Amino acid sequence: MTTLTDTAVAAAVPVRRRRSAGWLAVAPLLAFVALSFGAPALAMLGGAFTAKDPATGATSYTTANFTASLHGAYLTALLGSIKLSAVSAGIAAVLGLLLAQAVVTSRFRALREAVLTASGVLANFGGVPLAFAFVATLGNSGVLTGRLGLAHDGWDLYSFWGLTLTYLYFLIPLMVLTVTPALDGLRSQWREAAQNNGATAAQYWRHIALPVLAPSLLGGLVLLFGSAFAAYATAAAMVGSSVPLVTLQIADAISGNVLVGQENVALAMSLDMVAVACLVMAVYLPLQRRSARWLD
Amino acid sequence: MARLTTLKLRGAGARRPRLWRGAILACAAVYFLVPLAASVVFTIDVPGKGVTFDAYTQIFRADGFASSLLLSLELAAATIAVVLVLMVPAMVALRLGAPRLRPVVEVVCSLPLVVPPIALVAGIGTVLKWGPEHLASTPFFQTLVAIQNPSFPAVLVLAYTVMALPFVYRALDAGLRAVDIRTLTEAARSCGTSWPRALLHAVLPNLRGALLNASFLTLALVLGEFTVAQLLGFQPFAVWIVNISGSQAQLSVAVSVLSLLITWALLLALASFGGGSHRGDGRRGNPPRTARTPCSTRTARTARTARIAEE
Repeated sequence: MTTLTDTAVAAAVPVRRRRSAGWLAVAPLLAFVALSFGAPALAMLGGAFTAKDPATGATSYTTANFTASLHGAYLTALLGSIKLSAVSAGIAAVLGLLLAQAVVTSRFRALREAVLTASGVLANFGGVPLAFAFVATLGNSGVLTGRLGLAHDGWDLYSFWGLTLTYLYFLIPLMVLTVTPALDGLRSQWREAAQNNGATAAQYWRHIALPVLAPSLLGGLVLLFGSAFAAYATAAAMVGSSVPLVTLQIADAISGNVLVGQENVALAMSLDMVAVACLVMAVYLPLQRRSARWLD
Repeated sequence: MARLTTLKLRGAGARRPRLWRGAILACAAVYFLVPLAASVVFTIDVPGKGVTFDAYTQIFRADGFASSLLLSLELAAATIAVVLVLMVPAMVALRLGAPRLRPVVEVVCSLPLVVPPIALVAGIGTVLKWGPEHLASTPFFQTLVAIQNPSFPAVLVLAYTVMALPFVYRALDAGLRAVDIRTLTEAARSCGTSWPRALLHAVLPNLRGALLNASFLTLALVLGEFTVAQLLGFQPFAVWIVNISGSQAQLSVAVSVLSLLITWALLLALASFGGGSHRGDGRRGNPPRTARTPCSTRTARTARTARIAEE
């Protein structure tokens, strides 16, 4: 008993010193985030719930901004973003799963390494250069548009499907990265056991592989949805505002392109986006934790 | 006949998945390579002029190219410095003595994932607008003006640091997981080294891969960032490309191709340099690299024995 107390006392001093040192090391980070992230977030929250009377200059609390952000052109843009993100995330999830499966079951290790490395690079490749690559390929005076005569067939890059095709360029690699560890986690013994019991490949996939993969697949899907939903640069550099998207609307409202005095509606729309992103995270995190169970 | 059928059956069974796999890989290759090839063709095969490399030779003479690229590089350097100075001590401290703060830091570093860049910039714009309205007579106003200096907009560094936090957190966390920091520092300390020396000479060299990883990711993020800079009215590289695209389409695509190649070269170098550590094959087993302390071999040996004892 005495030895126990002795060691406890001896340990307590350095532990406490260490703990305060830990606080000291973490404090700058917390202070920085409070300033650079907390202040804008509070400003967003405050602005979204206030309105300024143009005549008197007095501010008052209101939910009118939210009402406005969920009506008319703003609602169309929000729904347009959700539709675009859902469609492109869905397609990318299926294609990414197929590509990842092709790579995982391949006998060539070099191919696997190459595809995974390329995926890591391409998944980070959004924004302006991507938009220009597609404009140069399939835009109005793009190389393929001209050579294949796509304009006559009614092809238009600056449309919903044009944007979808472009978004797939970074969404598919992201899906490959997300789902490959899960596919690696599928034991070959499970397939062999299923085969020995007379199951066909389709039955194996329906009853064993897909249920095991389900959390990772769903997790990947919402992750893709989230990154397509937040994307702005690609769409801004490519389509301008011919496709209604919530990010483009916010940008227009902030820069006063449409109507002066819509800044607070832009803040309300930003909060709408944050709400959607939170929903995505609320689905993603538990799914990721569940899928991690099969990987260890 | 019977033999023929079984043979055929077996052949089909073996070949079909391979065919399927080949088709998928071929489609993926076409989809991912054609836009790149087409961009290059677009820049060198100009209608009416034939094959020319003008777009590429013009780049360096283009108005604003050098200044915008320089601005992006400066912003990147500042962002990397800020994010590492903030994150490295915090992450090391989490491992050493403050595990209870771990969830706090994790949540704080993941928050930027929930707020899209466009929403972040909307909030920053609002804060910056407070200046003229409420703070005109206070010193804060001067600060707000100073961080919006167009020749070096520090406000972008703040925004980029926030946006880089999740990536840097993950990169450093992966790096720290591969090294037994506690044993390393304790071994260095018991050899008589001071705390700062132990951190500088025993911990940081072991995190070299993770630090490079984090820096490259931040660099790629800042070089490609468009949303925040454009909406706050500054002109780093990505904004410049879009601004010239209206008048000089070939030139803008040429610059995109070049910037792509540079970013990819960076990321590929990163993948080949530190790829093994976070691809899962050495998740537990990586022995710590030898640290450069006065008693480096002993440090490493102690760390390794501690690891074996753990398992």
